[in-house]
Amino acid sequence: MPLKTVVYCDICTFPPEYCEFSGKIKRCKVWLQENHPDLYTKLYGEEGSAGTSTATTENKLEKSLRKLEIKQENRDQRELAKKMGSKVVIKRLERTKRKCVVAISGLEVFEIDMKKLSKTFASKFATGCSVSKSAVTGDEIIVQGDVADEAEQYIKTLLSEKGLTSIKVERVDDKMKKKVKT
Amino acid sequence: MFKKLSKEDVHSRSNVKSSVQRAMKSKLVSQYPKLEEVIDELIPKKCLFELIKCEDKIQLYRVNGEILFFQKFDELIPSLRLVHKFPEAFPTVQVDRGAIKFVLSGANIMCPGLTSAGGKLPEKKDDELDKDTTVIINAENKENALAIGKLLMSTEDIKSINKGHGVEMIHHLGDCLWNLSID
Repeated sequence: MPLKTVVYCDICTFPPEYCEFSGKIKRCKVWLQENHPDLYTKLYGEEGSAGTSTATTENKLEKSLRKLEIKQENRDQRELAKKMGSKVVIKRLERTKRKCVVAISGLEVFEIDMKKLSKTFASKFATGCSVSKSAVTGDEIIVQGDVADEAEQYIKTLLSEKGLTSIKVERVDDKMKKKVKT
Repeated sequence: MFKKLSKEDVHSRSNVKSSVQRAMKSKLVSQYPKLEEVIDELIPKKCLFELIKCEDKIQLYRVNGEILFFQKFDELIPSLRLVHKFPEAFPTVQVDRGAIKFVLSGANIMCPGLTSAGGKLPEKKDDELDKDTTVIINAENKENALAIGKLLMSTEDIKSINKGHGVEMIHHLGDCLWNLSID
């Protein structure tokens, strides 16, 4: 007896037959049609082949499913808006006259793993890099050394990989103690 | 069981010794005898076999990047990914279409959902399942399982009493274990 391989929907991660219960069915349908047209016709080809339950319960179910769908859509939209509205802040903090650290905050909204990113930064720039909690901005990544430009570029590519190109990346220069430079 | 589980709840991750791996395999087979013919395909001799310990003493076993089964106490429970691969090996019950929505949001399964027209329970006398058996839960007109649960009463009782909780939810599509990504 061989092992079965089950197709999972890319959108909602369920097997396609359960897509209708995930609340994202519109996008699921599009995905399925593109990637597995045979499955699509099997599942959605014949309209109204819903099941053995009576018409009234079926109607009720449909209604609640639609409600769920709308809810999910709204949630997705809100999340997207939140993503679009937020920005990444790259802060250059001067420690002494010649030394500085770079603090990057505002990344957690974009589902970027801070710990992992700090690791990559540490090896990329060959410096110390850590995740620290600050009360004002939430978690931030602190990189030792003046690497703001490179870090900015790297984050921009990271964001564009996720399909978020219009995110603002803000640069701030800050002095920790005495004002030396302008 | 997996209402809440995220990366923060993972305490440790480690590769498992091959001797322990063998023991796990034989234990899995002894629990689900039908798995024997595919066990080498599921868990090849040379594979990345990881043990992930989580909050509340939950242990997940991951083979080649896929969580295949887990245990909380002594019993090994298959994950849905494993169930989808080889559903024949596990005792199955079926719920009607109206119940799917609630099951997918993590509810326990009520008896009427199992006994109604769309539901299915083992029919033959010899196939009756006892209380506390781990079962996979299928749905009306669906091919794949949507949840895994533990019987709160024997299937005989479910049929005769037909009221209240019948199956306790352990793991369902879309819960935290299903969505868990560790890397």
